[in-house]
Amino acid sequence: MMQAVAIPPFERFYEEHRSDVLRLLRRRLGAQRAEDAFQETFLRALRAYARLEHGEHLRAWVLTIAHNVALDTLRRTRATEELVETPSTDDRPAYAELADLTDGLGPKERAAVVLRYGYDLSYEQIAAALGSSEDAARQAASTGVRRIRRRIAS
Amino acid sequence: MIVSPELDRRFRDAAVTLDLVDVGFDVVDSPIGPLLVAASGEGLAAISFRTDPEEQLDRLARIAGPRVLRSAKSIDPARRELDEYFEGERHAFDLFLDLRGLFRFTVSVLNELARVPYGQTTTYGALAERVGRPRAARAVGTVMNRNRIPIVLPCHRVVGSSGDLTGYAGGLDVKLALLELEGAR
Repeated sequence: MMQAVAIPPFERFYEEHRSDVLRLLRRRLGAQRAEDAFQETFLRALRAYARLEHGEHLRAWVLTIAHNVALDTLRRTRATEELVETPSTDDRPAYAELADLTDGLGPKERAAVVLRYGYDLSYEQIAAALGSSEDAARQAASTGVRRIRRRIAS
Repeated sequence: MIVSPELDRRFRDAAVTLDLVDVGFDVVDSPIGPLLVAASGEGLAAISFRTDPEEQLDRLARIAGPRVLRSAKSIDPARRELDEYFEGERHAFDLFLDLRGLFRFTVSVLNELARVPYGQTTTYGALAERVGRPRAARAVGTVMNRNRIPIVLPCHRVVGSSGDLTGYAGGLDVKLALLELEGAR
């Protein structure tokens, strides 16, 4: 039986593919928007990395993620351009945009809120990222949101 | 396409801030030469005198998981305490340690080792006695030899029964330098 290709330490994976990822993103988004998309791509990869079952096709895998991030970025830009009334948003990543709101939360709650509302991940994915159950992830996000609401109201 | 150092650092910092890394590491300067320092969510996981990251990545992944990432931020507390130690201002470390994956005997020896005070030395035999295995001096020697968190777990304070330095992963000159720093030699 063939042995599955071992999953390399993330550092090695990142060093090997970062140039290709940046090249793809620059081609699709231009130099400036490619920077945030680059970060977003490798954060998504990192989030999923612990659940990988083997180390095959990692280049194709990360380029797919980059491609999806580029699509999301273009979609977001188009949506903003169509809404004339919307004030221009900067291109900060979701966790940075939510930083002011989530500053007072504990690490689990903050991560759950950011992953759910900033990155639109499912509770299953959030649970995997936090190393907790789906219920615990849901609970952490809802407690976090309640806490933020209370603080905004006061 | 070259990834700029600024973009690279932003990604690495974000990964650590979002708690997406199993083990972060960086190479720090010290008076006894560069050290590769690694920390996981559990605590300080490794200090190595061999600082070529490529040589250490697989070992770090085996300790804590595949998400190994170089990041200055991930080892901030350890860097601070090591700096203070090398300046002679810190005599005990307040860091959590990641001892996952080690044998129970190894952990009990390391726990005793951690209690050997700054500036003092003990012997392999004395340490073996303190873990209740008086005839296991040689096994204690092996634990010292494989100690994955030297300096913080002070195997440099363990010497032969005749007082000679015997051995050290970082080299005998480093062992001597650490004992001199602590005023033990």
